[in-house]
Amino acid sequence: MDKKHEKIVQALQEKFSATYEDFRDEVHVFIKAEQIVEALTLLHDKYEFELLSALTATDYYPQQTPRFHVVYQLSSLAKNITLQLRVPVNGDQPKVPTATRVYDTANWREREVFDMFGIQFEGHPDPRRILSPEGMEGHPLRKDFPLGYEEPQFTFNYDDIDLKKIYAKE
Amino acid sequence: MAQIEEVNYEQYKHLVSERAFTGETMLLNMGPQHPSTHGVLRMLLELDGETVVNAIPDIGYLHTGIEKNMEAKTYLKAEVMTDRLDYMNTTGNNLAYCMAVEKLVGLDVPPRAQAIRVILTELQRIASHLVFLGAFGLDLAAMSVFLYCFREREMILDILELCSGQRMMTTYIRPGGVWRDVPEEFEPAVRNFIKIFPKRVDEYEALLTKNPILLDRLVGIGILDAQTALSHGVTGPTLRASGVDWDLRKARPYMGYEQYDFNVPVRNRDSRKGDTFDRYIVHIEEFRESLKIVEQALNKLPKGPVQSENRKFVPPPRAEIGVSMEALIHHFKLWTEGFPAPKASIYSAVESPRGELGVYLEGDGGPKPHRVHMRTPSFDNLSVINKITQGHLVADLVAILASIDIVLGDIDR
Repeated sequence: MDKKHEKIVQALQEKFSATYEDFRDEVHVFIKAEQIVEALTLLHDKYEFELLSALTATDYYPQQTPRFHVVYQLSSLAKNITLQLRVPVNGDQPKVPTATRVYDTANWREREVFDMFGIQFEGHPDPRRILSPEGMEGHPLRKDFPLGYEEPQFTFNYDDIDLKKIYAKE
Repeated sequence: MAQIEEVNYEQYKHLVSERAFTGETMLLNMGPQHPSTHGVLRMLLELDGETVVNAIPDIGYLHTGIEKNMEAKTYLKAEVMTDRLDYMNTTGNNLAYCMAVEKLVGLDVPPRAQAIRVILTELQRIASHLVFLGAFGLDLAAMSVFLYCFREREMILDILELCSGQRMMTTYIRPGGVWRDVPEEFEPAVRNFIKIFPKRVDEYEALLTKNPILLDRLVGIGILDAQTALSHGVTGPTLRASGVDWDLRKARPYMGYEQYDFNVPVRNRDSRKGDTFDRYIVHIEEFRESLKIVEQALNKLPKGPVQSENRKFVPPPRAEIGVSMEALIHHFKLWTEGFPAPKASIYSAVESPRGELGVYLEGDGGPKPHRVHMRTPSFDNLSVINKITQGHLVADLVAILASIDIVLGDIDR
């Protein structure tokens, strides 16, 4: 970890009793879900992280504690450094406070994470799915969601598959 | 399957103004099939006469689950999916993904491969900007620009075909280098392009930059200030048109960009305006800068191998397989099982023609990625559209949409 990061990580450790990991010159700081908005506000206002580059999540199914990590990738243009915040959350229906009040881009990115992982963002102004159709069941990027495929319809199995189509049931 | 529900106004209550429910303003769909939405994008417009009150993008029509699919493939095989993200910038996507894999497993790239990567991604940037310019002209009823742009784009696609055998979905850049060395026709072809292209850029400018009809449509339309742009995660030419000097090629040089001499076109450092014209002119200036990089890289192009010698990650050359037992084993292992990556996560980003193209890659110790997330620039760039179109005419919305240069494959993934 270089000097630019050290100060910031120390501040986060003191304020939020955060832990950190260091891998290939990247610093990942672990923050509790209820403190994430406060941490992002501090980084945005005091340490000039103007850009929320990415907001995503990763699923560790079948592990339940924590099941997900929500990942916030921050960039500072003024200091030219990056920092990653990770929020571990437990269980199948996790909730994380929304970051939309700090970064506008969190609006769409959180909708995407909700759509793909089913992580609820409390206080989100527009909590709809973004990529999948409305009314779809399940969250595709969860590890327990099957990759799945549609069986191709050939002459030899045309009728079998035709019976399974939606219009056949009407 | 989901039931098709009837559209009710409750769904839109928090998105549009109250006037939409009294009948004062009109709700209108633009797209998903519309020639100027650059793909399958639906915009829900709230209109007061011809003035846009709200423009709410509805995306996801091109969602193909690329991130999920990549989790089921080995690191080498997952790369073909990246071509399909932003189909205007295929080599750039390959580069972003390969750099992420290289960073995760700690793989070196020989200098010659780095230079070839730079040449091809810069050519691809020019090709992508040509499509931008062509479609931009088309949306503003300047048909001939489109034809000229596609004429030059074809030259670049020919160069890509020369190297990889494919015009668009190249998968030419591989983890540890490039697929194979460039053929001997490569250098004359690129030199020919370098000779011809500057004059062609002047031609485009003669057609557009001082055209009074065009200026009337562009100047003062869709103003995006730097603060809003950064908060919305806008990057690339759109951000630089708003006066923020931020280019990953300069800020965090990769692939030897630090050895090339080029400028980053930034508009309005003082006035901080960032209208549609600024976004257009930044693209035009980037043509010239990219060409500068291509020329320098071609002049410097070092001799040597184009792939890493690390056989645990890079397949051996064909000739070795016949004479070396180890080469055969490595070949077989790499193309069936793949190579393992550590149980860790990295984020690496490159400057794509549209902005910061980041890859979040997480390994689980096995040969397949645990999670791949593509931070695609168009996604964030589009999210600002509602803010910058309010109060403009529908015709201006078309110009603004063209100027932020979105690719729907990049947004929906």
